[in-house]
Amino acid sequence: MSAKKTLLSIENLDASIGDKNIIKNLNLKIHYGETHAIMGPNGSGKSTLAKALAGHPDCKITKGTIHFKNIDLLTLPVEERSNEGLFLGFQYPIEIPGLSNSVFLKAAINAKNKYQKLNDVSATDFIKELKQKADMMGINQSFLSRGVNEGYSGGEKKRNEILQMLMLKPTLSVLDETDSGLDIDSMKIVSKGINSMLGEDTSSIVITHYERLLKYIKPDVVHVFHNGRIIKSGDYMLARELEEKGYEWLTNE
Amino acid sequence: MDPDNNQVSNPEIDNLIEKNYEYGFTTDIESETIAPGLNEDVIRLISKKKGEPQFLLDWRLKAFRHWSKLKEPAWGQLNIEKINYQDISYFSAPKLENAPKSLDEVDPKLLETYDKLGIPLHERAKLAGVAVDAVFDSVSVATTFKKKLLEAGVIFSSFSEAVKDHPELIKKYLGKVVPYRDNYFAALNAAVFTDGSFVYIPKGVRCPMELSTYFRINEANTGQFERTLIVADEGSHVSYLEGCTAPMRDENQLHAAVVELVALDDAEIKYSTVQNWYPGDEEGKGGIYNFVTKRGDCRGKNSKISWTQIETGSSVTWKYPSCLLRGDNSIGEFYSIALSNHHQQADTGTKMIHLGKNTKSKIISKGISAKKAQNTYRGLVTIAKNANHSRNYTQCDSLLIGDKCGAHTFPSIGVNNSSSILEHEATTSKISDDQLFYCIQRGINEEDAIGLIISGFCKEVLNELPMEFAVEARALLQVNLEGAVG
Ligand SMILES: Nc1ncnc2c1ncn2[C@@H]1O[C@H](COP(=O)(O)OP(=O)(O)OP(=O)(O)O)[C@@H](O)[C@H]1O
Ligand SMILES: [Mg+2]
Repeated sequence: MSAKKTLLSIENLDASIGDKNIIKNLNLKIHYGETHAIMGPNGSGKSTLAKALAGHPDCKITKGTIHFKNIDLLTLPVEERSNEGLFLGFQYPIEIPGLSNSVFLKAAINAKNKYQKLNDVSATDFIKELKQKADMMGINQSFLSRGVNEGYSGGEKKRNEILQMLMLKPTLSVLDETDSGLDIDSMKIVSKGINSMLGEDTSSIVITHYERLLKYIKPDVVHVFHNGRIIKSGDYMLARELEEKGYEWLTNE
Repeated sequence: MDPDNNQVSNPEIDNLIEKNYEYGFTTDIESETIAPGLNEDVIRLISKKKGEPQFLLDWRLKAFRHWSKLKEPAWGQLNIEKINYQDISYFSAPKLENAPKSLDEVDPKLLETYDKLGIPLHERAKLAGVAVDAVFDSVSVATTFKKKLLEAGVIFSSFSEAVKDHPELIKKYLGKVVPYRDNYFAALNAAVFTDGSFVYIPKGVRCPMELSTYFRINEANTGQFERTLIVADEGSHVSYLEGCTAPMRDENQLHAAVVELVALDDAEIKYSTVQNWYPGDEEGKGGIYNFVTKRGDCRGKNSKISWTQIETGSSVTWKYPSCLLRGDNSIGEFYSIALSNHHQQADTGTKMIHLGKNTKSKIISKGISAKKAQNTYRGLVTIAKNANHSRNYTQCDSLLIGDKCGAHTFPSIGVNNSSSILEHEATTSKISDDQLFYCIQRGINEEDAIGLIISGFCKEVLNELPMEFAVEARALLQVNLEGAVG
């Protein structure tokens, strides 16, 4: 275990949105193959961290560094971060009317291939894989030709995020409340999707408010986020404790 | 071939334009161009040069006399520099000692030009079974696949040839759908038009291939005035596509075309346009003034005329392809994408005139504006007293990129029949930063993301284009939006 390689390393990070400093001196290290859960009260800065990683233009880094696969992530434009293998599952997936899901996904895959100097994916291979993974995510074929997230229910949007993740095969996926608003069956499907992707070479950050998702995906580490920094880290048992006691016993300390 | 002799001085802008408008080269070919100016003698000269019969000259002169009494229309949502009609040359033709009998006799420089434009004129190139007529400045230089079409009984030729070979058809149909009295530019066109395409599909024939015409303005200080006439006889079917490009020049150039379509009983005409005239530079200098009158006459019962247009070029576009639904049960359709960037102005739309019973029309208009561009949809749907049970569906969507551009819609209706139904839907949306970020997070760069969002927005219209051209149209939309954001 000692030879574990670092995939993501965040050091002394400050990040702000507008004039407001939200992430405050954050440190976090994630190795290949690890799943980290991030929990914490509303407004504590969890989504802001996801934005900082993805390079959202509203989010300004004012201090510190982020290294991803030993690359200085902060120097990469948004699309290159993605093409290097960083995936963000959005807390609120965006609708793009008219642009069909499959056209969108194919463009994303081909962008990735181009970045890696590979050929475009073949149409038949693509469709085959897409159908298979859509089945796995319980997404009806008819959704694939509909507009991206256009008129999807909340749960369908979240499953679609996981479908995209499965197709794009990222090294690090940052899933922002992918479990919120899911019914019990969807929750199982989504966790199955996440688990199918995790392996020795991939890692994920799972942002969640609920212990029930963590029951299925078994995180290696659970962090508690408060006021823009990690105030406590532990194993899965920490999540259960939080479920019982809430955050107050930590935030009042 | 001289690759490019535009006079823009700033090399940076030069590069940008080069990237944006890749058809901006000129062809260095010897041309015969008559001196600028417009009067009856010029018209007689044009007619004589083309060896036209007397009826045509008489018609031209009547049109000219009518035009001389008219004033330019001023109702468009357009800002246009005054056009001096005496500064334009009304005839320019590549010098071809004797008119070419076959493609092998066509000047290789011309063939090269069309290759550069992605339009192989050589039949040997066998462009996916598409027959092409190419109009260079004022005259048609080549029509491909003539033999094969003739075997099917289809006439597809330049307008001038048709005047010589089929004067009876020209006499019967010319100016019947768009009379020279129709409007200012239609009158001007009737007086000075120099060439164009003519199509006749006989009874019961399904045209065996796509027909298309490519228009190219090359000479400076010329106008292009072409006329297209398509007649689909009973039970026939044809799909026709036109494409247009022009070199980059600092001065505005005038293009005033007329298109007339006639569909008899049970006939169907599908007319698609990919218009990519030079739009002018980023400061709004130069570009084509595109004033076009297009009208289809659904004369027969159960006939159908469908217009699809992708308007990405020109500094000013003024056109309203329309349908006259005269036959009972006839159908008119209008699918349009009008994209304007920088200082481009587009004022476009359609007219659907329901005269017969059970007539149907459908209008899908997608307007996209970026930078300082203005985009106007202007539509008119009228239902006559006897047009029982007629229906119209209109959908007008506008997409704005940035906040300096504008979209306007002026739909008007006139209903004189109570058993008819009209539906109208309109939306205006913006490409949001959230949509862009979502796409870019998936690895797609900003330009491609905009291209994808736009083609999603335009899907219903792109789907109407013949396969071969849908790809081209998508690429064109994206190229024309380069630099639209930021
Ligand atoms: N665009 C913005 N403008 C101003 N403030 C913002 C903006 N985005 C986020 N914030 C603020 O930053 C803080 C952190 O927000 P963030 O979305 O990161 O919280 P979160 O931990 O993800 O909360 P939740 O659990 O509710 O999703 C909040 O106080 C929020 O109001
Ligand atoms: Mg959040």
